[in-house]
Amino acid sequence: MADNERKSLGSRITGSMVWTSIFRTPFPTTRSERLKSILNNVFLHLHPAKLSRHAVKLKYTWCMGGLSFYLFIVLTISGILLMFYYRPTVEYAYTDIVDLSEQVPMGIMREIHRWTAHMMVITVLLHMFRVFMTGSYKPPREFNWVVGVLLLTLTLFLSFTGYLLPWDQLAIWAITVGTNMARATPFLGHEGPGAALLAIGDINLVTMSSDVRFALLGGRFVGESALLRFYVLHCVALPFIIMIMMSVHFWRIRRDGNISGPL
Amino acid sequence: MLELIKNTIDFLSQPSISLTMILVAFPFVFPPTEKFDVWHRKLKLHKIWTKQGGLIGLVFITLYFFLGFTDEHFSLILKKPDNVPIIFIIYSVLFFLWLSMYQAYENDKRMAAGEPVAEYYPAKEKVLVWPDLVFIEFIALILMTVFLLIWSIALPAPLEQAANPTLSPNPAKAPWYFLGLQEMLVYFDPWIAGVLFPSLMILGLMAIPYFDRNKEGSGYYSFAQRRKSIFIFLYGWLVLWIFPIVVGTFFRGPNWNFFGPFEEWSVAKVVALSNVNLSDYIWVKMLRIGLPSNPLIRESVGIVFILAYFGVIPIVLARGKLRALLEKLGPIRYGLIVFLALAMMLLPIKMYLRWTLNLKYIIAIPEAFFNI
Ligand code: HEM
Repeated sequence: MADNERKSLGSRITGSMVWTSIFRTPFPTTRSERLKSILNNVFLHLHPAKLSRHAVKLKYTWCMGGLSFYLFIVLTISGILLMFYYRPTVEYAYTDIVDLSEQVPMGIMREIHRWTAHMMVITVLLHMFRVFMTGSYKPPREFNWVVGVLLLTLTLFLSFTGYLLPWDQLAIWAITVGTNMARATPFLGHEGPGAALLAIGDINLVTMSSDVRFALLGGRFVGESALLRFYVLHCVALPFIIMIMMSVHFWRIRRDGNISGPL
Repeated sequence: MLELIKNTIDFLSQPSISLTMILVAFPFVFPPTEKFDVWHRKLKLHKIWTKQGGLIGLVFITLYFFLGFTDEHFSLILKKPDNVPIIFIIYSVLFFLWLSMYQAYENDKRMAAGEPVAEYYPAKEKVLVWPDLVFIEFIALILMTVFLLIWSIALPAPLEQAANPTLSPNPAKAPWYFLGLQEMLVYFDPWIAGVLFPSLMILGLMAIPYFDRNKEGSGYYSFAQRRKSIFIFLYGWLVLWIFPIVVGTFFRGPNWNFFGPFEEWSVAKVVALSNVNLSDYIWVKMLRIGLPSNPLIRESVGIVFILAYFGVIPIVLARGKLRALLEKLGPIRYGLIVFLALAMMLLPIKMYLRWTLNLKYIIAIPEAFFNI
């Protein structure tokens, strides 16, 4: 076999039948292949194929939106792993968390999940701050800013619902402080202004066992049903909603003409 | 010497003093009008947004935390695992504030000299996402992963005793991002601090693009072109959002009493609470006839005050200083903007009334849970 015919290991892999069946374009080397590599890949095609130079600079976007999305993915993966071990009942929740660090090999999944969650709140806040400071909420991006504010709210709720799950003192008292405020919701909380107006004759409609706080906790205090509700919200309902809103967010970034710029 | 510094910091950290300093400094640091800008430059405050300014700021904050970590009391709070993110947040909020203002001032200089902004020429040039952006994203992702791994290995996630509904810790604190709301509970009832204000924050944030009709300053950093909107946003972001979070995390100990950062969190600290309602001031202390039994009459002064605050001020402003705004935006937008701005001012107003007059409620109708 002549030397010049010997192929490198890399090009053997990228030229193999398996590789070419997975990736619709060969490993990009030419300009048109590079364009196609973005368009032909379901993950990469969240991006446009071409962008203005200022938009890819770190000092313009700080990459904060992208990092928020990445942290969300890290949270999803580590969260799924945690779900293998965790049972949302008053009886088991706390001991399952203890076991996670003591019995499970390489038990830092809980740390990863918790610190990543804190980090995501920070990156989302900073992303909002960046978008404001570059004036990127101005037309045509007004609506995407609104979607962004919803994403921020959802991020905070995700973090808040997760806070209860370890079922330790920190958890239930933080959630007790937080949900006690819901008692005072105007009209809908039993200690809120206007709640007394919602009555039929002498019968109050908004009571301790029928107000928004009760709906949130599934009871009059933070107990078994609150744990289950927060678990379902945290692991299923809120991630489902936030993923839909993220899709809208990303779609709109593309439709609104990609990253904002001075032109 | 060190003691003196620590005592001074403790003293300055009291919300009444630190908030006053921030509020006084705010328009000079972020001048909302040309007049303030003249002062801003006379006082050389624009130097904050240069590289030297940023560096000096960085040194000061780091010294502060260094002092904190070596102090027996402050380090207890700083080392609480769930407080570590707040240290990140203080650093990153200030760093990115500096980074955006630095770029804004550079661009303002360019525009004043008739040149296009720094983003202008790069914006005309197209680059391929593969490899230019994908590469940067990949690096960012790896660095973030490494950072999270180190953090997770170094610092175990907190886990306290198993939940015990009969034993409440003192202080019982919400997660850090809600501590701002919990801090507001000192001054307002839960229906305002926990429900009304957060809802207004969310709605107010959503409304920004529909209020700010200034077409300039879109897609690049600038300050001079958007003074007022940046001023208002930063007031909300730094004074109403970040500041109460920091106070709630670092400076609130047992019984939600104030503790300076270098002070010991002692359960025994007693703060005399002798807060008085506005109606008590009027009927009992001034008129000396005792509280009327009808709550509407009893609270009439407070009700008139609140109605005047939200009802009369917008009209007075519309005829005076803000006439141009009304003409530009129309009555609906104008009304909503002024309402939200007044709501944003209500927090400091109530704080100062509390600190100076020990005022508890402006309107107090506990019969209907309606206290302001
Ligand atoms: C879960 C939270 C969020 C994720 C994952 C996310 C993701 C992203 C990404 C990847 C971008 C592309 C540019 C960049 O990285 O800066 C972007 C842009 C944008 N985001 Fe977000 N975002 C989130 C929350 C928010 C929030 C809270 C706001 C505002 C309140 C917001 C408003 C916007 C706007 C207006 C743009 C267009 C910016 C431009 O064209 O320069 N997003 N977002």
